[in-house]
Amino acid sequence: MIGPRFVLTMAWRESRSGRRRLWLLTGAVTAGVAALVAINSFTQNLRTSVAEQARAMMGADLSISGRQKFSPRVEALIDSLIAPDSAAGRAAGRRAQEVTFAAMAYVPRTTGVRLVQVRAIAGGYPFYGEITTDPVGRWRELSSGDGALVDPALLTGLGAQVGDTLSLGTARFPIRGTVLNVPGDVGAASAFGPRVFIPASALERTGLLQFGSRAEYAAFLQLAPGVLAQPIREKYRQPLRAERVGIRTVEDRREDLTDNLTRLGNYLGLVALIALLLGGLGVASAVHVFIKRKLDTIAVLRCLGATSGEVFAVYLIQALVMGGIGSAIGALLGVGLQQVLPFLFQDLLPVDVRVLPSPRSILLGMGLGLWVAGIFATLPLLAVRRVSPLMTLRRDVEPAPSGRDRLSWLLAILLGVSVVALAAIQVGNLRDGVIFGVGTGVALLFLWLAARGLIFGVRRWFPSRLPYLWRQGLANLYRPANQTVTVVLSLGFGAFLLATLYLVQHNLLRQFRPGGTAERPNLMFFDIQSSQREGVAGIITTRGLEGTPLVPIVTMRIKSIKGVPVRVPAPADTAAPQRQPQGRGRGGGGPAGWAQRREYRSTYRDSLTATERLTAGTIWNSTVAPPAPGAPALVSLEVGIAEELGVTIGDEVVWDVQGSGIATTVASIREVEWGRFDTNFFVVFQSGVLESAPQMFVTLVRADSAGPRGELQRAMAERYPNITAIDLSQVQQALEGILNKAALIVRFLALFSLVTGTIVLVGAVSASRLQRIREAVLLKTLGATRAQVLRILVAEYTALGVLSAFASVVLASAAGWALARWIFKAPFSLPALSLGGLTLLLVALTLVVGLWNSAEILKRAPLAVLREE
Amino acid sequence: MLRSESLTQTYLSGGRPLTVLNDITFSLERGGFLAIVGPSGSGKTTLLGLLAGLDHPAKGRVELDGHDLGSMTEDQRARLRSEKVGFVFQSFQLIPTLTARENVQVPLELRGEPAEARAQELLDRVGLGDRAHHYPAQLSGGEQQRVALARAFSIRPQILFADEPTGNLDAKTGATIITLMEELNRELGTTLVLVTHDNDLAARARRTIRLADGRVVEDTGA
Repeated sequence: MIGPRFVLTMAWRESRSGRRRLWLLTGAVTAGVAALVAINSFTQNLRTSVAEQARAMMGADLSISGRQKFSPRVEALIDSLIAPDSAAGRAAGRRAQEVTFAAMAYVPRTTGVRLVQVRAIAGGYPFYGEITTDPVGRWRELSSGDGALVDPALLTGLGAQVGDTLSLGTARFPIRGTVLNVPGDVGAASAFGPRVFIPASALERTGLLQFGSRAEYAAFLQLAPGVLAQPIREKYRQPLRAERVGIRTVEDRREDLTDNLTRLGNYLGLVALIALLLGGLGVASAVHVFIKRKLDTIAVLRCLGATSGEVFAVYLIQALVMGGIGSAIGALLGVGLQQVLPFLFQDLLPVDVRVLPSPRSILLGMGLGLWVAGIFATLPLLAVRRVSPLMTLRRDVEPAPSGRDRLSWLLAILLGVSVVALAAIQVGNLRDGVIFGVGTGVALLFLWLAARGLIFGVRRWFPSRLPYLWRQGLANLYRPANQTVTVVLSLGFGAFLLATLYLVQHNLLRQFRPGGTAERPNLMFFDIQSSQREGVAGIITTRGLEGTPLVPIVTMRIKSIKGVPVRVPAPADTAAPQRQPQGRGRGGGGPAGWAQRREYRSTYRDSLTATERLTAGTIWNSTVAPPAPGAPALVSLEVGIAEELGVTIGDEVVWDVQGSGIATTVASIREVEWGRFDTNFFVVFQSGVLESAPQMFVTLVRADSAGPRGELQRAMAERYPNITAIDLSQVQQALEGILNKAALIVRFLALFSLVTGTIVLVGAVSASRLQRIREAVLLKTLGATRAQVLRILVAEYTALGVLSAFASVVLASAAGWALARWIFKAPFSLPALSLGGLTLLLVALTLVVGLWNSAEILKRAPLAVLREE
Repeated sequence: MLRSESLTQTYLSGGRPLTVLNDITFSLERGGFLAIVGPSGSGKTTLLGLLAGLDHPAKGRVELDGHDLGSMTEDQRARLRSEKVGFVFQSFQLIPTLTARENVQVPLELRGEPAEARAQELLDRVGLGDRAHHYPAQLSGGEQQRVALARAFSIRPQILFADEPTGNLDAKTGATIITLMEELNRELGTTLVLVTHDNDLAARARRTIRLADGRVVEDTGA
């Protein structure tokens, strides 16, 4: 038995001359590993930072919050939690509070008006961490003073400055400074509603918290030393839930954030994983070419007595070592790149991330790089086993039949399974791993088919009327040892990713673009009280604008479904623990839990709007008489909520409309286009039922230019401070800002796929370099000028670039359409101009890389090459 | 040492089977020196490949030092070659990425034996001791063939197959190579099987088998 010594020695010696070629293998894995290490290290750091800053992010040990003012029972509980206990030798805790709501802010000096998020603070919040202001130290003066602190973005938006007066409802506040950093807040979110901090003592003066106003009430507690938050949460969670109040500890906050951010990081890692897998293609192509040059050596080794396994090992070790070097370089680069990520994530994260190298991510990245190098190198290396020692005697010996042997099938299966496994490990979810594996496979298959189709098409319908130089260039696409498939796969996949990303971004933003649809409203006023209806209509019409008819909104909860009362946990309820839903997403807190307990804002009318479509049942019309007293009224439910509630046509739902029960029968199910700027509802009642219930109104207006739009909001804010307005153009701007930031991160990672694609392209071009040099020399000998040889190369690379770009754009359009249709539920359009630009860019890239690598072909003198032959 | 029984080889040529060797039977004693001669295309190299276990015959069997090559796997035959067989080729077949000495070391290293000193000794023996660190591309044809010879004898093979060893060399260098082979044959008792179309060279062998159209037309030892 020959020890590994021979294999290692031979691998080392054998690699000496081929190392230059193997560097391509190294390069192919570098970019992918760099991207993976960067994003995974960053995610790891994010988790560490969240763990370190969790207390500061909450600013307290415990937070208690709800949508209504706390009941006396809740107040009593809070008091008891922070009360001193002299018997137990426990000191008093501390309490701070915050009321958060949306309102219109108005600066009289500049006449600027803007929807803001008001946060009225009392009692020394935060107890941990620090809120930094400009000028420094203004935060501590907030509670005791009469002024406001605002987001810097608000000053820019309203053209105001520190010292100006800010109008909020009926109160006025001098702006004392700007808030630079609030631990736990996501900076970018302020684009939707810049924050305005005021002292809670001034809340009353604003007159903004009236009936129906949406506000969140929170108490922040600093517990006495030695008192643990977690047991308190466990003990009081259920009783508080009965009061519709949630309780959260630092640990809850940390867990939620860690889960969410880790998931985000893991999915971004998938984009990096694609770059690495593309690198695998580069590895396979580099090894394939490398082995072709080594056939003689392999035959000699076989002849001298080396077994096929030993020869295989000699070359596998070379591939692994070069892949290992590539992984190590990639890991180093990744650690460097990680420094860039905090800038890309700026304003999107609630924590300051400390960037440190993460050994786990580095090892994982290097391991994955090595695995990719190994498995992708093994595929072409299997051919080594079929090289006959007879080749030493007869050059014309063909390797043994290359029909798929069992080992290559096994390897192909292993490759597929491990791609799925890797993706599943990366995102921590098998289903998504499978989707990723299948999706990547389908995309690669499509690109492969496109490349094979091109080869076949050019051969089959060869454009024989083209001038000779173009024909020669095109013929290069299918000549022996062509690199068409490799180039189209690697370059096309990177371009496909970038194009898909661009399409999704484009279509998401297009929905909110005000200019996109001329007739749509772009301004929404809500919280209009019954008594303000006429006044509001007057303000709108005197400006020559037209508002939609006022849409009534009635708040309600579900009392029972199909005769089964909806359970609001009683204080003694010991049901299985459920995490308190945050009230943002649907379906939290167990099956349909949140859908049953949530507050509904419903309307009543007798027809469908443009954004609705019936999927089952019928909509009543105005001729249907209102139900007799006591008889159930008709309602129409949105399809998703009906599913979550488990009800269908004919089922009975009883509603608690601010104290009185109203029985209804589900008459229809609707599909709602939520993405459109319109008044959309989960539940629509027939007319004649809710008219006398306490209600508010909403109206939509279209005002084309910013001037009248601002003026209308100003007039409304001055006359009815309680009415809030959503300006679609501001929403669109905010959304665009956030989407652009998010897209920048994904694009940054997707770029690595393109970098890998380019390296693979370089490899593919170098692989056929010798053959090209010979061809070019022959052509030159026969009288071709350098310009003519150049034109042949241009023809070939242009064709390759056009095909890669075209295939990737077609594929991206399909993927973009599918994503828009099923995931984002948005209408789809193709931005032809931008996609055309991308195509041109890709063609240019292919040409530049191709020609740059071919420089030698043009330079070499015929005689020098002929002598080498 | 070497037995060939009814050895027949056919290849597909243009979709039709073409018989290149037909019913070759002979045996060669240990330490013998056999020259296989014949014009181009007579099947000499095909026969050498079959005798050395580099290829499978269509029919017949080869026995090398008591081992039936037909019953062995590719890897078992490789092992047998590394133990008992040396090769010299017309085109030298040195590994271009290895130095002269490393090329000589390969068969020894394949057997897991100490290689450096023995390789240097053999290079000295063929007069290339001072060129040990040169790569094949830095050596002349004759020098390359001498390295190949050193490599072939490094494992003290029981049998050496040489395929037109002087075919790419001038007459004087060719003669030196053959002399070296004869010396090593005498010193180590190695059986020599030499394929050539050069009658002068064949005349130095103790036995000659002449092939024409894949058949034995003359066997001086028969």
